[in-house]
Amino acid sequence: MDNTQSFQFFNRGPSPAVRLVFFVVLSLLLLFIDARYRYLESTRSALSMLVSPLQRLATMPGVLWQQAGDFFTTQRSLVEDNKSLHQQHERDAAQSSQLQALQQENQQLRNLLALPQRGELAMQAAEIMYAERDIFKRKVLIDKGADANVRIGQVVMDDAGIVGQITRVYPRLAEVTLITEKDHAVPVQVLRNGLRTILFGAGDTSQLSLRYMPVSSDIQNGDLLVTSGIDGIYPPGIPVAKVVKIERDAAYPFARVICLPVAGVDKHRHLLILSGLPRLPERPAEEPAAAQNSKTKQKK
Amino acid sequence: MPYSVPANPEIQRPVSNTLIVFSVLLALLLNGLPWEGVWLMLRPDFVALVLLYWCTHKPLRVGIGLSWAVGILADVADASLFGQHALAYTLLAFGGVMLHHRLKMFDLRQQTTQVFGILALTYMVYALVHWQVNGYMVWPYFLGCLTSTLLWVPLSIMFQAARQMRVSRDH
Repeated sequence: MDNTQSFQFFNRGPSPAVRLVFFVVLSLLLLFIDARYRYLESTRSALSMLVSPLQRLATMPGVLWQQAGDFFTTQRSLVEDNKSLHQQHERDAAQSSQLQALQQENQQLRNLLALPQRGELAMQAAEIMYAERDIFKRKVLIDKGADANVRIGQVVMDDAGIVGQITRVYPRLAEVTLITEKDHAVPVQVLRNGLRTILFGAGDTSQLSLRYMPVSSDIQNGDLLVTSGIDGIYPPGIPVAKVVKIERDAAYPFARVICLPVAGVDKHRHLLILSGLPRLPERPAEEPAAAQNSKTKQKK
Repeated sequence: MPYSVPANPEIQRPVSNTLIVFSVLLALLLNGLPWEGVWLMLRPDFVALVLLYWCTHKPLRVGIGLSWAVGILADVADASLFGQHALAYTLLAFGGVMLHHRLKMFDLRQQTTQVFGILALTYMVYALVHWQVNGYMVWPYFLGCLTSTLLWVPLSIMFQAARQMRVSRDH
């Protein structure tokens, strides 16, 4: 047997099969840890420092193309843009003066009723670097990261409404999960009648859906859904989606409600990160009733 | 070992480390271009192709360990689960290292079928990981496998040219 084995002049280390098993086990272990426990975020962000120059280089052609496009915009289009923006500004100015009056009034009323004040929303602008490579995920990466004080859980919006939420932060990048990601949930409220519900992303299309809406619930085509704010993460009153289709089938307990996002979730390059998470009141101290509850749970 | 007829009549030239590192970095860059929509679905995996080329042509220089490390970098670049690309490229490198004698006996056209098998294994890993994590299988992943296989011949010719260019400069 020994004669048939090829003699090795040089030590080449372990055989390919051994290496295969070693690295496959190592990869599977990493997969398991990352999928279940997410312990590896610091390693990921350290390694991302190595990869990010390459990524920036890869986005260069697109940026150059855009800059070339900016350079060659005609004067006429600029003049037209300017005109329409001026008109928009005048309309907005009228509305904003009204808003100020309403804000003042609201503040006074809240004072009278001894309700907590609503804080101003602080924002910072960010630009989308690129979309996630996996076509089955709805995520984008933006150019602000831990160095710009971006934190996990912050809400990202554009000029029209909610776009998504920050789910991972690198030193110079942050990952935004769009509201159209499969099973991504946003607590919302129907603006017309205040009905509270939860909006889910569909994942494969740019649609959103309201699950668990009873067939009899008061919801109509064209209803605007705004964030309800009771989750403590999304600030209240920001538009999220519009109802476009309702299917009420008496055979099912729930109606099928299809919505489309108000914001240009797949369109714009520039986004706003809402930097101030709303401050929540302190959790009330646990009551003795809670102890009894936990006892009954243990019995089960 | 039987006498083998290499795919190209040239004697195998030495390859500099710079070329290997440069080609892998370039492949990572190409994978990182802002692909979108249908193009993203059809995007070939340049990193897998380059690694497979080096594993079959220089199995002592580029092997399973290096492929695994490149896979980890690809995981970070893609923001995918840690170990997904690493696992795929490990299997790819193993296939390349095991088949490198056999591949040399075929011409480029015949190599393509063998390469398709190895790449299909790689893409199977992506699909299986996706299935395990998200609970459903996605078949469009395998479109990228087809486009990657189609790139094998042009890529091989290009690398052959790059290696000969180095030699002629040296003389």
